[in-house]
This record gives sequence, C-alpha cells and structure tokens, in this order.
Amino acid sequence: MSGEPAGMTRESVVARLLGEARSSAVLCYQCGKCSAGCPMAAEMALAPHDLMRLVARERALEACAADSLWLCLTCETCSARCPTGADPAAVIDTLREVAVREGIADLPRAIAAFHRSFLDQVRGTGRLYEAGFILQYKLRSGALFQDAANASGMLRRGKLHPLPERIGGVGEVRAIFERCGVKPRDLAGRGRPRLGKPLP
Amino acid sequence: MTLAYYPGCSLHGTSREFEESFLAVARHLGIDLLELDDWNCCGASSAHPVSRDLGVALPARNLALAAAQGADEIVAPCAACFNRLASARHQLATDADLAERMPGIVGRPIPDVMSVHNVLDVLAAHAARIEALAAAVIEPRAMARLKVAAYYGCLLVRPPEATGFDDPEQPQTMETVIAAGGATPVAWNMAVECCGGAFSISRTSSVVRLGRRIVADARAHGAEAIAVACPLCHSNLDLRQAAMTRRGEEPLPVLFITQLVGLALGLSEAELGIGRHFVDAHPLLAGLATADKGA
Repeated sequence: MSGEPAGMTRESVVARLLGEARSSAVLCYQCGKCSAGCPMAAEMALAPHDLMRLVARERALEACAADSLWLCLTCETCSARCPTGADPAAVIDTLREVAVREGIADLPRAIAAFHRSFLDQVRGTGRLYEAGFILQYKLRSGALFQDAANASGMLRRGKLHPLPERIGGVGEVRAIFERCGVKPRDLAGRGRPRLGKPLP
Repeated sequence: MTLAYYPGCSLHGTSREFEESFLAVARHLGIDLLELDDWNCCGASSAHPVSRDLGVALPARNLALAAAQGADEIVAPCAACFNRLASARHQLATDADLAERMPGIVGRPIPDVMSVHNVLDVLAAHAARIEALAAAVIEPRAMARLKVAAYYGCLLVRPPEATGFDDPEQPQTMETVIAAGGATPVAWNMAVECCGGAFSISRTSSVVRLGRRIVADARAHGAEAIAVACPLCHSNLDLRQAAMTRRGEEPLPVLFITQLVGLALGLSEAELGIGRHFVDAHPLLAGLATADKGA
C-alpha cells in the first residue's frame, strides 16, 4: 500500500481524488468524441467514454480496477477535444492514482515493470539512468531477449551511457517521493516476476 | 533575461544527438544558455499516473532551481520534459490548494513566474536569423530541396492551455522553422497524432501500429524525411521503423528539428550527430548535396 502524504489519511486522499474525478465526469454527455480520437481505444475493453460513465454513475472503483486505464498514453487528445470541457485524461490519471493507493491496480506486467523501474531509477539517483532502467525492466518483465539486437545498436551509436548520473540533491528527490506517498514497489503489476525476488 | 537550459535524461542518453545539435545550433545563433545545475528527472510518463503531486513536484523542483540560479526563463528541448514543466507551472497557477501544498512537498520556494519554452518556440523566435544565415551558406546544403513532414506528436501541443501552442490541431511553428532553413514542409494528416509515446519497450506492438500510420501518411504526402522535437517520437519512428516498413518501401529518415536547422546553417553531419540514427539519413543528404552541385 502507498504511504500517505503527511497529515492525511488514505481515506481522505482517496475521497479528495474521487471527488475531483467525479466533478469532471459529470460534465460528460457520452458523445464518444474522446474514444473516437483515442489512439489506444481499439485495444481497451473500457474506452475513455466508458470510464467517464462509470465515474459519473458512482462506480469509480470498478473503473479503477480496469486494466484499460494503464493503456492510456496521456496523449491528451480526449481532453483537448472534449466539447463539454470534461478532462478524461486527468480523470484517468486520478483513477490510476486511486487504484495504486487502494491496491487494486491491474497493470499489465510489462507496463508495471516499466513504471516501477522508471520510478526506482529516479528515486535512486534523481535522474533516469537509461541503461540501468532497461536492465531492471528486462528482469521485471521477463522480456530478457527483447531488443537484444537493438541494445548493441544503441551502444554502437553512443546512445547508452555506461554510468549513472547521480545528482547532489538526490536526498531532496527521495523526500519528495516520501511526501507524495509514492513507493515504486507498489507498482507490482498482475504477474509475478519470473526471476526470483524483485530488485530492491 | 537569463535562459536556463534543462537537458532532461534522454538528451544525456538515448537522444544525445538532440543535445549535440541543440547546443551547436544555439551557439551558432548566439543564444546564451545556462545549464541548470543539479536538475532532476521531470518524472515524464511514469510519475503523473501514480501521483498527481509527484507529477507536479518533480518538475517544480527544477522550476525552483532555475529561479534560485537566477533564470527567469527555461527551455526544455525534450517535448516530454517541456510538457511536464509547462503542466506543472499551469497546474500551480490554476489550483490554489496545490500551489499552497507544493513548496512543503518540494522543500523549496517555487517561483510564481517562470516562462517555460520548447525548442520550437525558441527556434521560431530566431526564424529571421536562421533564414539570413542559411542563405549565406556558400555551398547550398541539404535543406535546399528537402521535403519534410513536420511531426509534433502530443506533448508539444497538448494540453493546449498548458503548452500555449499556436494551434492544437493544425500547429505551424515547426513549418515556420523548416521554411526558414530553406526546406519545404509538406501538408499531411498525422502531425499531432500519437506515436505510442512511452510504450516503445513495454507495448511495442501498439507503437508499431500507431507509427506505421504516421510514416505511411508522411510518405504518401511526398515527405522525404520526418522532423521531430521529441525523443520518444524519435525513438518510436526511427528505432521501430524497420518493423513498420513493408518490403520495397524506402525508409524515411527521422531528424530532430535542431539537426535540420543545423544542416541549413552549414554545420557538419558529425557535429549534429546525424550518424546516430537507426534509419541512415546520409544517403538522402548526400543525394541532395550531389543534386545541388549538378544544378
């Protein structure tokens, strides 16, 4: 479970987030323009307008448990085009945050591995160290041999740094994660890693 | 006015040619940059889905550093970094509750005023100078005959209230920059469609599906190259293009806008990191140079 920001309970954080999502979703009249322009709608069981409907009908936790949430690329096309000024992209982000805080997030394994490895790198060094990130991602996703040919191509082109850059203010960055109540390990995903224990 | 430069993680890694070409072009145009000291990752595509506060706080620390280091403007060439910095600034300006909590979360005072720029608006502000310098290049270079599809993707233009871009559906800023360098922007349909962003490794099939439509549309409208200002777009369209291309189709080189401008200014391919791409741009550029000599 995620920690909570100082001075707040999990319930109060989740209630605030769901209130924000609902105040946007009630503006929706189901025209479907968001889903029509969504690059990922074709791969989603619940498209953006379906998620908006669930939230407006006070069934937000059903929406939070949907794996479709994690297919959103935050391209913001839906929100830019919404005729009522509702903000599906922000609603989707809010639902994802609630899902992680409530421990009901259903992330596809590769996407969970991506976010977790990304945030681990940032929390650990203050920056995204791409070579370390790719290695962590591969171990967590089990996709060990994916892009093996490309990795050597990237090295040859000077695109992978051999060493991480660790910033002086890494303590500040860790404190920011702490105060936001974010622990990268909460992004466990639905599948168990094939290779023993997850990385620290 | 002091302009801080925020490189972001990609420009120090997989997109180092974006940094090489951006710095070379800035030097050539006389744009003074102060690299932000001790900058941290903006959180890009992984912080905001997990916590709105984290998605704002990580970029906000960089805004705070820029102010503390004496800057009043900041440029982030990476479209994802630009988007996160601009979104944080916008959310802080419009959400009083968030603005009140944020200094405590970041542990630093956060400036009320900080202009956030992307590489296109910085280059467009120097369009007249680019045009004059490009015209003075003695041997006409690659830009002269090149037909280019200006590809913006998502992060530069949306959300429009945060990015402040010229037009979220039909932007023209990149076309202005391309034309200033002497090349010809083509009219096409996919300029602001999504390439699959951060799914490059975690859901490659989606990236190939989305990227194929973008590359095919650029080709169908006569483009010989695609110009981008985003490391994610670049990686998706360049590294993944082999999987998007049918047998018999010529691959389309994907160039950072700073590389195109650099070529127009007469900078060398090596200086601009042109050789670091997966789709080799050299044959196209060499072909243009030869055509120039023959003409």
